[in-house]
Amino acid sequence: MAPTLELYTRKIGHPEWEEPFVVNMGPQHPSTHGVLRLYLELDGETVVRCDPRIGYLHRGLEKLSENMTYTQAMVLTDRLDYISSAANNTGYCLAVEKLLGLEVPRRARLLRTIVCEMARISSHLLWLATHALDIGAMTVFLYCFRDREWLLDIYEKICGARLTVSYPRIGGVRLDFTSEIIDELYQFTEEFPTRITDYETLIDVNRIWLRRTKGIAVVPPEKALNMGLTGPSLRGSGVPYDVRKFRPYDAYDEVEFEVPVGKNGDTYDRYRVRMEEMRQANRIIRQCLDKLAQTEGEPVVAEGAPDLLMPEKKKAPRAVPHPKKGFMVKGEEVPVVPEGEVYVSIEAPKGELGYYIVSDGSGKPWRVRVRAPSFVHISAIPEMVKGHMVADIIAVIGTLDVVLGECDR
Amino acid sequence: MSVVEILKEKFGAAILGEETTADQLGIYVSREVLPQVMRFLHDELDFKHLADLCGVDYLGWKGKRKKAERFEVVYNLYSLSRRELIRIKVPIPESDPRVPSVTSIWRVANWFERECYDLLGIRFEGHPDLRRLLMPENWSGHPLRKDYPLEPEEEWKDYAELREKARELSRYEWGDRRVRGG
Repeated sequence: MAPTLELYTRKIGHPEWEEPFVVNMGPQHPSTHGVLRLYLELDGETVVRCDPRIGYLHRGLEKLSENMTYTQAMVLTDRLDYISSAANNTGYCLAVEKLLGLEVPRRARLLRTIVCEMARISSHLLWLATHALDIGAMTVFLYCFRDREWLLDIYEKICGARLTVSYPRIGGVRLDFTSEIIDELYQFTEEFPTRITDYETLIDVNRIWLRRTKGIAVVPPEKALNMGLTGPSLRGSGVPYDVRKFRPYDAYDEVEFEVPVGKNGDTYDRYRVRMEEMRQANRIIRQCLDKLAQTEGEPVVAEGAPDLLMPEKKKAPRAVPHPKKGFMVKGEEVPVVPEGEVYVSIEAPKGELGYYIVSDGSGKPWRVRVRAPSFVHISAIPEMVKGHMVADIIAVIGTLDVVLGECDR
Repeated sequence: MSVVEILKEKFGAAILGEETTADQLGIYVSREVLPQVMRFLHDELDFKHLADLCGVDYLGWKGKRKKAERFEVVYNLYSLSRRELIRIKVPIPESDPRVPSVTSIWRVANWFERECYDLLGIRFEGHPDLRRLLMPENWSGHPLRKDYPLEPEEEWKDYAELREKARELSRYEWGDRRVRGG
């Protein structure tokens, strides 16, 4: 006899039994953008209680980094939010650079800003594609992937990898752009704004789209900040908090861009914010490309940046007075990374991505803590879906733009 | 007046000290007054954004800065109006790893604290729902502690059951094999 498949818990709801109808949404669900399980208690089709269960992708990134050198641990950050790995790398590099006290050359800062903004566009394109697909707009999906493919091809030309790029390194970037890449990026920035307009004509005033997004999961500004929402999810509620403006890093202080904010704090406003952000990202890339011409031929790695394979501990010779020999040379351990701790956050496409690194002076970090925006956003789901329909959960997961690789770490 | 000065004036000896590393300010606060300090920072000094909350295990710490206690819970706060980032650090002894919860001030602390409890075993008092988050509920040990073994010593209890279930399911006839293989 075949074994029974207990794939989801099921209790038939009946008013007299006073037992809520319990549904497990996920972990294998087409709309959960990863292995997220939502434990739902329903009253009819209305959500009474929602309890996200995470940890299916827990790889122990923080523990792993404690047992690696700083440069080895950087590669792990690619695997956080695998859609925008360049931004994750940059955040980690910034944190370690701050510990080391390294000054990154201007050209490297510009190049990093470009790849970060490319990551933002590619992440938002993937978000738009899947979010629209979940809600029922099929057409946008393929168009978005077409443009994302273009960006991934450019990534491949830059560093040889499409998703897990590891292009930034501690103290700068790995390689300089070739003129071919710059030409292609110019072409991309030329064409991309018209593409955004195309998507907007597809869904902006689409009646089904409006019904599915307007007034869904409204978050007032104070509550959004209190729940820890960051990035476009917070700005959709009208709080203009953007790390690029508040604590500028890399080349963001020398480019002009605006921070779009929403008014109502609903799903539609967050959608509008992200669309506008893509335009601004395009604008930033364009400005950085113009500035790249001024820094032609300059180095892309800081002086004194650690090797790609940083040794665990360095030994430096030091003369020590000795009663018989006069003096002897003794090897002494030199701190590789100065002792200290630092919290550095960047504006990743999903929100504020923070790294809190504690160094004890050796070549390995004592503690690496990743403040992942998706982790916080998933913790906000229960509050946002309460009282909504089951179908709106899909819209909420989509509008928060969560990636489980980053959430579980 | 800087944040440290204001805090020192208001709370006196409960502010254990301060330190600046890599241009960032860290303030040591005693855990007894933590809820009051946090409430004051949130309401009066406008630190509305709890950027991060995490725990650190200092077992076997060899750095120059001496650590009095084994654990530390670290709160990174940001104020949008002051544009200032500060770090509140609470030393916690190994014998009694407890700290008051701040979920009533920032809702975002809920999962941060659950994660910290899960991975470091620090109990947050007054937390509404302190369960494990990333690890399975019947997991033993707290992985981010420095004395947690890197190589597994024993198998997770439910793993045998899971493996057995997978084997059972693999025996299940899912349909015409010839069609599936083609």
